[in-house]
Amino acid sequence: MILDNLPALLVVLPLLGAPLCLLLSRGRPAWVVATLIAWTVLAISIVLLWQVRAGGVLHYAFGDWEPPWGIDYVVDRLAAYVLLIVSAIGAVVLPYSWRSVSREIPARLHAIFYTLLLLCLAGLLGIVITGDAFNLFVLLEISSLSTYALISLGRNRRALTSSYQYLIMGTIGATFYIIGVGLLYMLTGTLNMADIAARIASMEGSSTLHTAFAFIVVGLALKLAMFPLHLWLPNAYAFAPSVVTAFLAATATKVALYAMIRFVYTVFGPAFTFGEMHVQLLVLPLAAAGVFIGSVVAAFQHGIKRMLAYSSVAQIGYMLLGIGAMSVTGLTAALLHLFNHALMKGALFLAVGALVYRIGGSRLHEIAGAARDMPWTMAAFVLGGLSLIGVPGTVGFISKWYLIQAALENGWWPVVVLVLVTSLVAVVYIWRVVETAYFAERPADAPPVSEAPLVLLLPTWVLVGANLYFGIATGLTVGLATDIAVGLYAGGVAP
Amino acid sequence: MSHDIVLKVIAKLLIPFILLFALYVQFHGDFGPGGGFQAGVIFAAGIILYALTNGPDAAMRIMPPRLLTPLAALGVLLYGGVGIATVLLGGHFLNYDVLAHDAVHGQHYGILLIELGVGVTVASVMLVIFFAFITQEP
Repeated sequence: MILDNLPALLVVLPLLGAPLCLLLSRGRPAWVVATLIAWTVLAISIVLLWQVRAGGVLHYAFGDWEPPWGIDYVVDRLAAYVLLIVSAIGAVVLPYSWRSVSREIPARLHAIFYTLLLLCLAGLLGIVITGDAFNLFVLLEISSLSTYALISLGRNRRALTSSYQYLIMGTIGATFYIIGVGLLYMLTGTLNMADIAARIASMEGSSTLHTAFAFIVVGLALKLAMFPLHLWLPNAYAFAPSVVTAFLAATATKVALYAMIRFVYTVFGPAFTFGEMHVQLLVLPLAAAGVFIGSVVAAFQHGIKRMLAYSSVAQIGYMLLGIGAMSVTGLTAALLHLFNHALMKGALFLAVGALVYRIGGSRLHEIAGAARDMPWTMAAFVLGGLSLIGVPGTVGFISKWYLIQAALENGWWPVVVLVLVTSLVAVVYIWRVVETAYFAERPADAPPVSEAPLVLLLPTWVLVGANLYFGIATGLTVGLATDIAVGLYAGGVAP
Repeated sequence: MSHDIVLKVIAKLLIPFILLFALYVQFHGDFGPGGGFQAGVIFAAGIILYALTNGPDAAMRIMPPRLLTPLAALGVLLYGGVGIATVLLGGHFLNYDVLAHDAVHGQHYGILLIELGVGVTVASVMLVIFFAFITQEP
């Protein structure tokens, strides 16, 4: 009975946990409820992945209204793979959140914080699992609206303006998406993704279809912060509470990228996307520019959070390069980096959160000499940084390895050079933090700091451990990503 | 505005009918146009009219803001709770067929309950937003 309803429960549990947290109205019980739900959701994701690992597809018709009329939740390997990483990050971040949040957010807002976090989790999971284009929009709005409110809870007053900036950009993105879906609905009379895909197959050359495609891709590109539509991202990440930054950096842009992959590959199909719309001509230069500019700008930042945010813009560029490579290897690299980047940025931002917890800020001059007093926190940061650079033995190496292979397959030497050069830039900006924290003297007037509490260190080190584990035991990630990529390119791609 | 006797009297005459119409829209929703969202908005509009004519303090006495937030949460829980109930009764999420002895009655009860959840949440959220704006320090 329960096993049968898992796809629905995955979204319903956090969605109903949110009002429950609001009713509890006190921080600690709300946190307990949210944490339990996040762990349950992780368990459900693991079971779902286990059920579809061999390539099967689970369908769940809401209220037993058959698709294409009703809302259909679809779990295939791609969805299960992304569900796993999103729910895993949720399950790691929530235990961490209690101490960090009680330091950074006033007590009267704690219950609301967990309410919003659960709503955001529900929205993100729903985007991944739904097979309905309009339902995706609704869930996108649920996750986005809660995200805006979460960002505005930051201590610095500039959190409000960053949140507002993101609200405007995010709303434009969502509007573009829904315009695209509206055009598709006009053309096909259906909102079910599989049904749309079947009906537009015979409509090549329709200008409505082209317009719909353009609106959807641009809308989602805004949400996933593709260069040059990334302007909302650095401020949002820099001023949000530490927990929120870690959660969003590891999940929100990834889920938007998933939605893009879902539309490009399963709704429109690679043949249409690359053969008729020639998306690669737009995506490749922009992705390359994003990788380069994001990395270089990151190297000039004084705040660690903002530095990592610009680095995220670059990492998203890597994923888009993988998609633009128009090959199974390229898509494998993009999917791998989607998973791996969540692990590394999660670990890095949680380590930064621990720094903020003890020191009160994360600007470079504030953390000078902190490594002597917080060795475990800084060690976690260093390992996360090595993973971000792409040192062998970490997950960063795996995804960059596949990306370079994809570029070599296409004979794109400049892309290979770009990936290598920007990895060196990553060495520069990670080194700036390491140098300041390990080798600079603690300012004489700085208050003494001590190591972060275990409840903050443990989740951070779980993610660091995952960075190392999946860097060596690549069976799950590479195996799944390759299978998914082969499946998505099964329809073939036009020259 | 607090001295405007005409407005106050007219509002006093109209508000019961506005609230009654909200309930009509609420419970007629499963036979014709209407439903929880519209009903919630109309109900909240009645209270907002009261706040405009009699002042925010009077409105907050009859609709205490500290009760509105839990009410908003309860509405969502009622909606979701119906879904969970259908799962526990052996159906799929929000398949109302299993709620009663036969499918027709099940569908009837199901839609009535979830629309009630929608109505409660929409009305409370509208009022929460309204009160948040009028009580804000300039």
